Amino acid sequence: MQLFSGVALGAVFVMLALGLSIIFGMLGIVNFAHGNFFMIGAYAGVFVLERTGSFWLALLLGPLLVGALGLVVERLLIRPLAGRSPDDALLLTFGLGYVLVEGVRILFGSDGLPVATPEALSGVADLGIGLFPVYRLFVIGVVALVLLLLWWALERTRLGLIVRAGARDPEILRVLGVDIQRLWLWVFGLGIALAALGGVLAAPMRSVNPEMGSAVLSEAFAVTVIGGMGSLLGSVAAGLLVGIVVSLTALVAPEMANIAVFAFMALVLLARPHGLFGKPGLGT
Amino acid sequence: MTALDPAAAPGLPEAASRRSPLAAGALSRWRAPASVAALALLPLVLPSQALAVNVLIYGLYATGYNLLYGYTGLLSFGHAAFFGTGAYATGIAIGAFGLHPLAAMALGIVLAGLLALAIGALSIRSRGIYFAMVTLALAQLVYYAALQASGWTGGENGLRGFTVARIGLGPVGLDILDPATKYAFVLACVAAALAAMSRILASPFGAVIEAIRENEARARACGFDVERTKLLAFVLSGLFCGLAGALSALHLSIVPLDSLAYPLSGTAVVMTLVGGAGTFFGPFLGALAVLVLEDSLSLWTSHWQLALGVVFILFVLFLPRGLGGAALALGRLAWRR
Repeated sequence: MQLFSGVALGAVFVMLALGLSIIFGMLGIVNFAHGNFFMIGAYAGVFVLERTGSFWLALLLGPLLVGALGLVVERLLIRPLAGRSPDDALLLTFGLGYVLVEGVRILFGSDGLPVATPEALSGVADLGIGLFPVYRLFVIGVVALVLLLLWWALERTRLGLIVRAGARDPEILRVLGVDIQRLWLWVFGLGIALAALGGVLAAPMRSVNPEMGSAVLSEAFAVTVIGGMGSLLGSVAAGLLVGIVVSLTALVAPEMANIAVFAFMALVLLARPHGLFGKPGLGT
Repeated sequence: MTALDPAAAPGLPEAASRRSPLAAGALSRWRAPASVAALALLPLVLPSQALAVNVLIYGLYATGYNLLYGYTGLLSFGHAAFFGTGAYATGIAIGAFGLHPLAAMALGIVLAGLLALAIGALSIRSRGIYFAMVTLALAQLVYYAALQASGWTGGENGLRGFTVARIGLGPVGLDILDPATKYAFVLACVAAALAAMSRILASPFGAVIEAIRENEARARACGFDVERTKLLAFVLSGLFCGLAGALSALHLSIVPLDSLAYPLSGTAVVMTLVGGAGTFFGPFLGALAVLVLEDSLSLWTSHWQLALGVVFILFVLFLPRGLGGAALALGRLAWRR
């Protein structure tokens, strides 16, 4: 049971870590505002939900809206940094985080918003081995679906081939006549949309507030570090693993749950400095 | 032995040729006294004494950070851990153990250094972006640990109850509730730190860390122990940040949990970058610019962080070498004419 709710929490981490990993793998930058886009995603979801009353619409439109914002950010802020040290992009996105948090405070106020679990998804389901909250099952289902789609798009389509090639050697791809800037634009937008989807999914599980992004950012980093930077498989495995570690710690020693993630990361790093699935050449 | 001259370090033609040896010698000899003199004038130009003390403390914090980021080229995102450790250790040593304030500060600095040794040993093996993420995550571990150990740290409410009114130095005592005396005391500590920093940067070690920043592979090929040098730079940087934290504890008489939180790690990066990474006085310029901006914006709107973020983005986009870097470039231009 506890193991299971850990998987649902881990599924949200997977969304965050995937976005971080994709953006890093392709554009070579670490998005320090990633947690803030997660937070914006949650707010966008609440916004759509309040206007339309439909959770399904929120689930669809929230990530699309925030993804579009990601496109604007890439075009106006990230692209001018091309060719500069990756540190610059990291610092810029850190500054962007301030702007996003304060922007939300201005628009929605500083207090948290409670979000009710959508009616169709509330209650518990009996799976034969125990009772599970339906909403958590749903979160796991959505994340599994997105993962499957992503895997298919990356591994089985021509566009995916180009994206994977771009992560290895953008220079050659440019020579081959691929508009790499456009590719980066869409990859950045996709990464942001994934973060936002995580935000919408997480909204009914925790209260929505401007600080929620900063809180998950360091955990998302820990997941990415544990999995290995730029490795999609690593993000998935580490996200689930961290979710389970957190939940099990919460069961045994609740006050240690926050520490567990980072202690786990330190242990992994001692054994494998480049993460579970990372390649030694990348980042280490 | 002309230890003050970076050119004296053997085997580093690249680091040596970037500046003329003569200019470097004169610069490094006068930069610490000149910086201290400039900082002594701060209370005269700034609207409040508290702001001036903050510039000293955060400037020192950013200076410690600059040793690692600006000079060694390592982008850490976890330096709040050292600032916070220095602050908490000082406060706890005074409040719970009744230690002499100066001994408490020394303890705070040493503990910050030990923590830097532990975090550095874990993170130094990773590079670049990965390094930033590992340091951030490890610093979060410290943050949550302090949050849990609320019996010692006061948890979310912060540490209280260790107000220091007087620092006795043998027969003389400093009344640090008096603003001018407090400023003088903090400035004296900063002056000592700056003298040490200037000496470190001018030493062969200082030349090696710059060589690592410029070209790590070449530094290694020259026979330098890159890993050990990086770790030493990390620890030294932690010591300076620990001192800044200790001073902040004495100054505020409380230690808020925020002093371990990751936005404060970001503050070090922001100030260093705004002032000019890899310049001696840049971090103080950055601290001055950020704090004055914060001060004046917060009078005008409660959403000053929005403006701060925008200013920061503009800096990265248009002035990547910061105020100090721009000033140096202008100065060099004028010198040539």
